[in-house]
Amino acid sequence: MRRPTEEAPWLRWVLCLAAVGVAVLFLVLPLAAVFAEAFRRGWEPAVRALADPDALAAVRLTLLVAAVAVPVNLVGGVAAAWAIAKFDFPGRRLLMVLIELPFSVSPVISGLVYVLVFGAQGWLGPWLEERGVQVIFALPGIVLATIFVTFPFVARTLIPLMQDQGRTEEEAAATLGADGWRMFRHVTLPNIRWALLSGVLLCNARAMGEFGAVSVVSGHVRGETNTMPLHVEILYNEYQFVAAFAVAGLLALLALVTLGAKAVLERAG
Amino acid sequence: MIEVQGLHLRYGGVAALDGVNLALRAGEFVALLGASGSGKTTLLRSLAGLEFPDAGQVLIEGRDMAAVPARERGVGFVFQNYALFRHMTVFENIAFGLRIKPRRLRPGRAEIVRRVEELLALVRLPGMGGRHPDQLSGGQRQRVALARALAIEPRVLLLDEPFGALDAKVRKELRHWLRGLHDRLGLTSLFVTHDQDEALELADRVAVMRDGRVVQFDTPEALLAAPADAGVAGFLGDAVPIDCVVRDGQAWFEGLPPVAVAGVAEGKAVAFLRPVDLLVEPGAGEARVAAARQDGRGVRLTVETAGMLLEATPAPGWMPRRGEPCRVTALAARVFPA
Repeated sequence: MRRPTEEAPWLRWVLCLAAVGVAVLFLVLPLAAVFAEAFRRGWEPAVRALADPDALAAVRLTLLVAAVAVPVNLVGGVAAAWAIAKFDFPGRRLLMVLIELPFSVSPVISGLVYVLVFGAQGWLGPWLEERGVQVIFALPGIVLATIFVTFPFVARTLIPLMQDQGRTEEEAAATLGADGWRMFRHVTLPNIRWALLSGVLLCNARAMGEFGAVSVVSGHVRGETNTMPLHVEILYNEYQFVAAFAVAGLLALLALVTLGAKAVLERAG
Repeated sequence: MIEVQGLHLRYGGVAALDGVNLALRAGEFVALLGASGSGKTTLLRSLAGLEFPDAGQVLIEGRDMAAVPARERGVGFVFQNYALFRHMTVFENIAFGLRIKPRRLRPGRAEIVRRVEELLALVRLPGMGGRHPDQLSGGQRQRVALARALAIEPRVLLLDEPFGALDAKVRKELRHWLRGLHDRLGLTSLFVTHDQDEALELADRVAVMRDGRVVQFDTPEALLAAPADAGVAGFLGDAVPIDCVVRDGQAWFEGLPPVAVAGVAEGKAVAFLRPVDLLVEPGAGEARVAAARQDGRGVRLTVETAGMLLEATPAPGWMPRRGEPCRVTALAARVFPA
């Protein structure tokens, strides 16, 4: 007897094979190719490419940008999710749409917007320049663009969970004498901690890997404003394939470690 | 103890509270009874500081609560679905209100342990402190929620449908236990229910709510004897509405002998008859036994007369049989102009 929702065995096999096939072809193979290309001439050229000062500068910049963007989005994402899930206020729906904006707008446009606002010919550019602050083609611009592009990850992970959990535990805490901070610290935060970690890790993976928006605002100054993805592109365009793939491999490795950490944490939680 | 004056609250254009007045004396156990959507939960939440009325006043022990946030009201609140902190043990749940007190008011660690043990014993869950809420039955969760609310030693206890999610047997046990606890601790309690039996059985006084207003606030006996209007009469005591005509100080029915009524205007009216108001005797008459069965409380009898099916009380010593002819007398009726 077959359950009504169960398909014939041959069909199940075909579907599974198709799914695995697609995953291997489009996800695993390219990733394997990155590492294969990087080590094509053995370990030594790959390691030398990574030890290059420009490559090291790109790694440092990427980690620095992530180190600023992720905590900012952690705080901003939690605040947005808390506001949306736990309170009714005018503009709540608008805020929800705004949170999704960075997902729906092309990263290149996100970058261009920052150039328009902060660039030398932009709205705030001249004013900032007079005060010796450079945003575009400098670290602040890269950080801003990264924050913008990665903002939705934390908020989007938390909102459904927090809406699902409702407000009554917080209300109970309030009637027991808890102020807003204690309510958040002792009731809300413990209930969302695993989702929060997962959102932060996704945010981190994207912050390190973002290309489009960062490319527009960075100015591609080697050793100064090149993040890892930009450095990979430059090396590749200069036909330095081993070096390009070595840096790409390191970047992919960082992302894989992040995803692995996420999987482990999800199992624990 | 608790005074509510002219409370109004609108949700998106709909009046959830439409001028509520209510005054509770210290030590009273009061039920807020009403159909769903009548505003009873909204009223309870307004007292706790979880809703913010548009107009009107809430006084607790003579103090105006308008500017007092929920966390400073010192009111115990038991939520309908208990709202236990799911990531905390039973012990931590109960200790929460003590642990988050400002440092100078916070009891010491040993004192907190002692108090929680005491509360666990009080709600008859000794030794359960290490469990998590999802390891407890509904009745146990309910008692943990109560212990947690009592930990801050409130003078006022508010309970939202405290027995709503429990099965009938547990519900009966718990309600008598809760009433005993209320008396022992000297609390002033207000509980929301849509179950009239629960309200009439437990409460010193019952506030009947409808459309965001308290339509009657009285003792259970007074409510049953003199409902304020047709709505209250229909809501209480399994009363059945029957059309009648009032003439010469009597209500005239089709299929029933007339009943004396006082102070009702002549003309068309509606009478509410409870099973205890209808006495049925065997013998030739216009009525017929439609169903009869014996249960733990006596004989449940349904008679048919003039096309109506009415629950009624059999004369003492008579065991009615289905189809048997009989006579129905109305002993009393609450009659309201139609």
